[in-house]
Amino acid sequence: MEPTDKRKHYLNADYGIRSWLLTLDHKRIALLYLISITLMFLLGSLFAVLIRLELLTPAGDFVQADTYNKLFTMHGIVMIFFFLVPSIPAVFGNFLLPLMIGARDLAFPRLNLMSWYVYMVGAAFTMWAVLTGGVDTGWTFYTPYSTTASHSNVMATAIGIFITGFSSILTGLNFIVTIHTMRAPGLTWFRLPLFVWAHYATSLIMILGTPVIAITIFLVGVERAFHLGIFDPALGGDPILFQHLFWFYSHPAVYIMILPSMGVVSEIITCFARRRIFGYGFIAASSLAIAIFGFLVWGHHMFTSTQSVYAALIFSVLSFAVAIPSAVKVFNWTATLYGGSISFQAPMLFALGFIGLFTIGGLTGLFLAALGLDVHVHDTYFVVAHFHYIMVGGALMGYLGAVHFWWPKITGRMYSEWAARVSAVLVFVGFNLTFFPQFVLGYLGMPRRYHAYPDEFQVLNVMSTTGASILGVGYMVPLCYLIWSLWRGAVAAPNPWRATGLEWQTPSPPPTENFARTPVVTEEAYAYPLKEAELV
Amino acid sequence: MSNVAAHSHVAHQFDDAAQQRRAVTLGMWVFLVTELMMFGGLFTAYVLYRSSFPDAFAAASHHLDATLGAANTLVLLGSSLTMALAVRSSQLGSRGGTVAGLLATIVLGCAFLGVKAYEYAHKFEEGLVPGPHFHFPGAEANHAELFFSLYFAMTGLHALHMVVGAGVLAVLTVMAARGRFSADYHNPVEIGGLYWHFVDIVWIYLFPLLYLLGRH
Amino acid sequence: MPKFSLFPESASTIAGQVDALFFFMIAVSAFFGLLIAGLIVFLSIRYRRRAGSNEAGDPVHVPIALEAAWTVIPLAITMVMFYWGASVYMTMARPPDDAHEIFVVGKQWMWKLQHLEGRREINELHVPVGQPIKLTMTSEDVIHSFYVPAFRIKSDVVPGRYSTAWFEATQVGTYHLFCAEYCGTEHSQMIGSVIVMDPSDFQTWLSGTDADAGMAASSPKDTGQQLFTQKGCATCHRGVSGSMGPALAGVFGRERTFADGSKAVADEAYLRQSILSPQAHVVAGYQPVMPTFQGQIDEEGMLALIQYIKSLPAETSPGPEKQG
Repeated sequence: MEPTDKRKHYLNADYGIRSWLLTLDHKRIALLYLISITLMFLLGSLFAVLIRLELLTPAGDFVQADTYNKLFTMHGIVMIFFFLVPSIPAVFGNFLLPLMIGARDLAFPRLNLMSWYVYMVGAAFTMWAVLTGGVDTGWTFYTPYSTTASHSNVMATAIGIFITGFSSILTGLNFIVTIHTMRAPGLTWFRLPLFVWAHYATSLIMILGTPVIAITIFLVGVERAFHLGIFDPALGGDPILFQHLFWFYSHPAVYIMILPSMGVVSEIITCFARRRIFGYGFIAASSLAIAIFGFLVWGHHMFTSTQSVYAALIFSVLSFAVAIPSAVKVFNWTATLYGGSISFQAPMLFALGFIGLFTIGGLTGLFLAALGLDVHVHDTYFVVAHFHYIMVGGALMGYLGAVHFWWPKITGRMYSEWAARVSAVLVFVGFNLTFFPQFVLGYLGMPRRYHAYPDEFQVLNVMSTTGASILGVGYMVPLCYLIWSLWRGAVAAPNPWRATGLEWQTPSPPPTENFARTPVVTEEAYAYPLKEAELV
Repeated sequence: MSNVAAHSHVAHQFDDAAQQRRAVTLGMWVFLVTELMMFGGLFTAYVLYRSSFPDAFAAASHHLDATLGAANTLVLLGSSLTMALAVRSSQLGSRGGTVAGLLATIVLGCAFLGVKAYEYAHKFEEGLVPGPHFHFPGAEANHAELFFSLYFAMTGLHALHMVVGAGVLAVLTVMAARGRFSADYHNPVEIGGLYWHFVDIVWIYLFPLLYLLGRH
Repeated sequence: MPKFSLFPESASTIAGQVDALFFFMIAVSAFFGLLIAGLIVFLSIRYRRRAGSNEAGDPVHVPIALEAAWTVIPLAITMVMFYWGASVYMTMARPPDDAHEIFVVGKQWMWKLQHLEGRREINELHVPVGQPIKLTMTSEDVIHSFYVPAFRIKSDVVPGRYSTAWFEATQVGTYHLFCAEYCGTEHSQMIGSVIVMDPSDFQTWLSGTDADAGMAASSPKDTGQQLFTQKGCATCHRGVSGSMGPALAGVFGRERTFADGSKAVADEAYLRQSILSPQAHVVAGYQPVMPTFQGQIDEEGMLALIQYIKSLPAETSPGPEKQG
C-alpha cells in the first residue's frame, strides 16, 4: 500500500518553510489555518480543564477568584474568536470551495494568505495579553466594567480581537466573490453543494457583522486609552448601547459558527445514506433565512438589561421565528435517511451526533426566547449549557465530521476507522454528561461566571466535570490516530466514500491546480446513487 | 497576438480578463459594504446620543470651525474630481493623465489631512479633547464631552481611511508611471477610485452631522 | 445545610407561572426531541446498508405539503410559546399599585438595600410574606444583576439608570440572592439572602435598629430632606410664584412641558437627570440657570432626594404656577 507513484500534488509540489509561509495555494493556506486553530483549540481546552477543576468544589479553593475570572474569559475568547469562528470556513471552506465549484483557487489568493497572517497577528496580541497577566472582562467585554473597572490586560486583547476580525472579513469577502464569479461551466446556483450555500450565508454574516464588532471593540479600546467616553454613564453615555452593538455581531456570530457545520452535515448524510438530499431548495433557503433573521434577534441577549418592554417583545417573536429554518433543516436531514442505504462510518456518526445535539441546543434556545422564562434562566448555567450544545455539540461535532470526511482528500491517507468510531461515541457521551446537568443547574438558579457557589449545586457540578474528562479523552484520541495516519495510514483513493461532488473527482491529495481540466457540471448535487462510470 | 499583453495581467486562477474584472470589482464593492457597516456603528451611536442631548450637541458643535470644515469639504470634493479624471485617463490609456490625476488626488488628500491636524491641535489647545483635562465653557459639559468623543472617534477613523487611501494611491501612481496600466487593463485604478469616492462620501455625511446640525 | 434537589423552590406569586411555562416547553421539546431521535434511530435501522444491497433507491420526491407542514406547525407552536412568555413578562414588568418600595444600590461587591421606613441592610433583604414589593435599583459602578431564583426574578442594575423589579413572596423562609451579571473579582461573593417573614415579625424587625449603625437610621425621606436643605435646593425651588425654579410639590408623575415644547412625565429617571444635567430639559417658562450636581450626591443620596420630592404633597390648587 506504500505510495509508489511520484505523482505531483499540492503537498509535494514544493518543499521548505518558505513554500508554506509564502504559499498562495488555498489548500496550503487551509493547512496553515488547520494547524493554528488546532493549537488554539488545545489552549482553549486547557482553560476549560482548569475551569472544570475549580468547579469540582463549592469553595473557590483551586485557583483564586481573579485567576478563575481570567480563565473563563480567555476560554471564551480563544474558543470563539480564534477557534470556532475560523474553524470550518477557514480550514474546510478554504480547502474545498474552489474544489467544489471547479475553480483553480479562490478569487484572491494573496488576500487569502494575508487573512491568515492577520489572524496570526491578532492571535499574537491575544497571546501576549494572556502571558502578561490575562484579561478578566468575560468574552463579552461589557462596559463600564471593561472600560473603567477592569485592571487586566483589556487593551492587548481588544487589539487582538479587532485585528482578527479583519481576517474573518477578508475570508468572507473572498468566498462571496469566489462563489459569484468562479463557478465551473454548468454549475448553476441550484446545483451548488449545500456546503457552498452554507458558506455563502456564513460569508454574508462575516462581512456585515464583523465590522460592527470591530468598531465596538475599537471604541472600548479608545475609551480605555484616551478616555473618549462613548459608553461612559458619567458623560451621559449608555453602557446598554455597547450591548446592542456587541450583540449585533455576536448573535449572528453564532450562525457563523453553526451554518458551516450544517453544510458539512448535508454533505455527509447524503453520502452515507446514498440518497439525494431531501428538500434541497428548503435547506439552501433556510441557510439564507438564518443569515438574514439572525441579524434581527440580537436583543434577546438583553431581556433583563432594562431595554424597553416593546423592544423585548419584538426581539422575542423574531427569535422564535429564527428557530423555524433550523427546524426545517433538521426535518429535511431526517427525511433524507428515508429510503436510503445507510452505513455508519465515523463521519456519519459525527453527523448524526450533530443532529441530536443541535436539536437539543435548538429546543433549549426556545426556552431562552420565551420572555418570562428567560428572566429566570438568563445568565445562569442554563444559558451556558444551551450555547455549548450549539457551539460544541453542534459546531464542533460538525467540524470533527468534516475532519473525518475530508481527511483522505486533504492528506491522501486513511485513518483508523475503529478508533474514529470510538472517538465519536466518547465525544457524544462525554458531551452530554458534561452539559446536560448544567441545564438543571441553571434552572436551579446557579449564575454563570461564579468562582464559588452554594453547596447544593455540587453534585451536578461533579457530574459535569466527570463528563468533561470523558469529553477530553474523546478529543485527544483523534489527535493521536490522525497524526499517526500521516505516516502509517493506508493510501486514500480519490473517492474513498464514493461521494458525489467535484472535490472527489480529482486525486487525493489534489494537484496544485486542483483539476487537470476544468470540469463541466451537468447535473444537480447529490446525484446518488453514483453511476458506475463515476466511481474511480 | 495582441491578446498576449492582456493575458499577462490575468492571474492564474481566472479564466479570462472579463472574469477577473468581475471578481475584482465585486470584491471592492463587498469591501465597501463592510466599511459602511463599520462606520454604521459610529453613526448609530451618534444618532442615539444626538436625539438624547440635542441642546448639548448643538452647543458643542458651535466649537467646531465650520469654515474650515466647509473648506475641507471642497478640498475633498475636488480630490474626487481629480480621482475621476485619473480613472478616465487610465481607461483611455493615457499614462500622463493618470499619473497627474493620481498625484493631484494625493496632494488634495494631504491638504485635507493637514487642515484636520490643524483643527485637532486647536481643539487640544482649547481643552476640548475628552479626558481628564476636558474643559467645556457652558452647560452640560459631560454631554459636550460625549459629543467630542464621537467627533474624534468619527473624524479620526475617517482620517485613518484617508491615510490608507493616500498610501494606496501612491502605489498606484508608481505603477501608472511605470506603464503598468493600459486601455485594456486598468482595474486597480478603478477600484482605488471606488475606495477614494467612498471615503469622500463618508465625509459628506460627517460634515453636516458634526459641524452644521443645530447651528443657528 | 446542603440540600440536593433537581428543582428550585417556588416562593413567589410569579414563580408558579414561570414554572408552568417551563413545564409546557419541556413537554413540547421532549416531544420533538424524542420524535427526531426516534426517527433517526428507526430509519437508521430500517434502511441500514445490507450486504449486497442495491443502493439504487426510489427517486426522492419532496411533497410540498410535508415541507409546509413542518414549517407552519412549529411556527404555530412557537407563537403560543411567545404569547405565553410575553404575558408572564408583562406581569413581571408591571408592579402592582400597592407594591411597597425598597431601594437597591449595587456596588462592587455588595448589595445595599434601604426600606422607606429607614432600615438599611447589606446583602440581606427582609420582606413580609404576601406583600408585593417593588425594587428600585441602580448601581454605583459597573452593571450588576439582582437575582432571586426562588422568586424567578432578575433585573440588571445599571449605572446611570433606574431599573425595577417586583415580587410577592408566598412562603416564609430564607432564599438566595445572587448577582447574575459578571462584575469583577468578587462577583461570586456578591450574594446574600432574602428573608421572608410573617408580617408581624417583619414589623418588629422593621422597628429594630441597624446592627452596624447602632441606632434607628433615618428614613430616605428624611435623608432626602436634609440633602434638600444642605444643597440649598430650596433657594430656587421655593414653591411660590416667581421662584427661580419650578415648584416641586406634586411634581412626581405629572407631565412636564419643556422650553423646546417637548413633554415628558416626571419619573425617577427624569428627576435624576434634572439634578445631574439640569440643562437637558428645562421646564417651559424658566431660565436654564440651575448648576449640575454631578459628583456631589451619591446614588443612595439621589434615591433619598427623589423620595423626598415624591413625598411632597401635591398642592390643592396649582395656583399661579406655570406649567405643572
